[in-house]
Amino acid sequence: MKETKLILSGADIFFECLKREGVEVIFGYPGGAVLKIYEKLYDIDWLNHVLVRHEQGAAHMAEGYAKATGKVGVVLVTSGPGATNTVTGIADAYMDSVPIVVFTGQVPSHLIGNDAFQEADIVGITRPITKHNFLVRDVKELASTIKKAFFIASTGRPGPVVVDIPKDVVLAECEFEYPEEVFIRGYKPTFKGHHNQIKKAAELIQDAKKPLLYVGGGVIMSGGSKELELLAKENNLPVAMTLQGLGAFPGTDTLSLGMLGMHGTYWANQAINNCDLLVSLGARFDDRVTGKTDTFATKAYKIHVDIDPTCIDKNVVVDLPIVGDVKHVIAELVTEITKKPQIDKWWEQINQWRAECPLSYEKDDGKLRTEYIIEKLSEKTNGNAIIVSDVGQHQMWIAQYYKYNHPRSNLTSGGLGTMGFSVPASIGAAFGMKDRPVISISGDGGFQMNIQELITAKAYNVPVKFIIINNSFLGMVRQWQELFHKEKYSFTDLSKGNPDFVKVGEAFGIESYSAESPAEVDDLLNKILIVNDRPVLAEFRVEKEDLVFPMVPSGKSISEMLIKRLNPNRMV
Amino acid sequence: MKHTITVLVENKFGAFDRVATMFSGKGFNIHSISIGETEISEISRMTIVTEGDDKIMDQVVKQLNRLIDTLKVVDLTGINHIKRELALITVNYQKGSMEEIKNISDIFRGKIVDINNKTMMLEITGPPEKIDAAVNVLAPFGIKEMARSGSVALRRGEQIKALKKEYITN
Repeated sequence: MKETKLILSGADIFFECLKREGVEVIFGYPGGAVLKIYEKLYDIDWLNHVLVRHEQGAAHMAEGYAKATGKVGVVLVTSGPGATNTVTGIADAYMDSVPIVVFTGQVPSHLIGNDAFQEADIVGITRPITKHNFLVRDVKELASTIKKAFFIASTGRPGPVVVDIPKDVVLAECEFEYPEEVFIRGYKPTFKGHHNQIKKAAELIQDAKKPLLYVGGGVIMSGGSKELELLAKENNLPVAMTLQGLGAFPGTDTLSLGMLGMHGTYWANQAINNCDLLVSLGARFDDRVTGKTDTFATKAYKIHVDIDPTCIDKNVVVDLPIVGDVKHVIAELVTEITKKPQIDKWWEQINQWRAECPLSYEKDDGKLRTEYIIEKLSEKTNGNAIIVSDVGQHQMWIAQYYKYNHPRSNLTSGGLGTMGFSVPASIGAAFGMKDRPVISISGDGGFQMNIQELITAKAYNVPVKFIIINNSFLGMVRQWQELFHKEKYSFTDLSKGNPDFVKVGEAFGIESYSAESPAEVDDLLNKILIVNDRPVLAEFRVEKEDLVFPMVPSGKSISEMLIKRLNPNRMV
Repeated sequence: MKHTITVLVENKFGAFDRVATMFSGKGFNIHSISIGETEISEISRMTIVTEGDDKIMDQVVKQLNRLIDTLKVVDLTGINHIKRELALITVNYQKGSMEEIKNISDIFRGKIVDINNKTMMLEITGPPEKIDAAVNVLAPFGIKEMARSGSVALRRGEQIKALKKEYITN
């Protein structure tokens, strides 16, 4: 008997496709070009649509959801301004390889190019900041395009995909058929690493005297944390992580050297400078890690495992590239290594660096410092929370002092460095992860960049703990001004322009607290950590002129770390 | 050093833009770029002449491969290939110089494709260096207008078969 095919409208096809992709939540904002889609959505009960207050918020929420769960984050917005408002979020997802699919409405096909009301060439605008994008020109292509979009976003090196759907395509009808499989002849990511290369890498690790694992976000994305733990623990290998790599390996483990790079630990950076074998796993030799590239790990034989061939030899030329899925490559490495490297001397050396120059901050002057708050938070949550940081000083202190015990726990805008990321991304994460606390930490500057999303948290009673680290300065910019720009604090002092954050929180209907001394930290953290059915806000008024150390000045070699304030006028 | 890269791309809306956007976004040079259909209608061939050291060329090829709409990228440097460019050149002439220009055109195996009482248009094809030479010789007469197609290039030999086997189905 011949199967009768369903005739569906573009709007129906849209939701049928989302259902088949297993989408549970979408972040969106209605508007003219997507009205028909929202009309259908009104009667759909299997999908949770989160109404944001600004489309940028939707894009960051989708990122937060994707980073926390590993699933694809989905955004639905209208044409023109709705679409352009998502651009920062899309660029952010592109830089940090976050799988999101952004559906944008578009003016009807016959009006495209006419400067129609709410028209923007979003496919053109997002071309350099998406892994791929589509303009759907015929309703018959809609289902296969959506299938491709999810496939491209989530496979290989993940990334954002934009699907632009003109209004007439949403209204048109056709037979619905969802393709079982995707075949894109120009897109075949290399999944399995080259066996001989892996074998060679295994031999090099066995024989190394001073090996170092340099771990990036790719390990987390590929779900390779368990494999990494095996590799490191079975072979007693030191693990240094990038900002995005934090959480890939337990921060409390003695094998962890913490973060490397510009604000990395002294011992991790010394290890980079002195290792004889550098094994890069899912990291991309970013300038914030390498500093001056021609002085980076000069004594080391370099192995680079990455799923994206363009990352190989892009910033630093390596000796042994392995293109493939990092989880599988690590698993193969584990089985190929047959004898443990003899590196006791190396560990002695690393531990000596660790003892010489530990992470430290002034504790006895009674001033409230971010480092202290983060240390406390790490203790109280046992490193089990999902921490969504914003961008700036607090972000680096979190990276230094929060000891992540799980992958997908450190959500931060590393590549693009988007202020305003934390508030919406934490809400997105909380929609995906219900069993662990989600804590948003922003500075007073970044907090105000997507402050409108507080009401989204309130409206859905999302149990995010919003922490504001208020030093009334754009702290990281101020730090650079102090160190490198003649102490000209040009437009970084927010003390006169900041709102009362407790009142702000309360105006959004969120219970809000403030603290300004170290003695209050314990109580306030306890107070917000027990709240699990609604959002809660805590402002910490911290020392205004604190600096993040250690620090490698931009463009300098990572051997030239600043350990503490050297300006005698401003010595701590 | 200049490199000629031949790229097979999906003959789709936006495919050319993706390549151009990638080049400008990454700060790679483009000397010339040309695009046209291949023997398979849904695949186009781009020929890109670009410049850079080995590290940059390695990135150019990888970044081109990374684009979803590109099917095959070959750097023709070091590979036996044929490269051609077409130029249309309009030059001024006076009574005395007409014959001379005609001779130059013959030497370069060009054709005179248009003429009026002040200017004549030459069509010259060949490797880009030959066009450069022709332009140099014609310059003293006064070039009024010129259009160059940019290079197109193909490997010699078994190339066509390989292409068909890989891409003709689906």
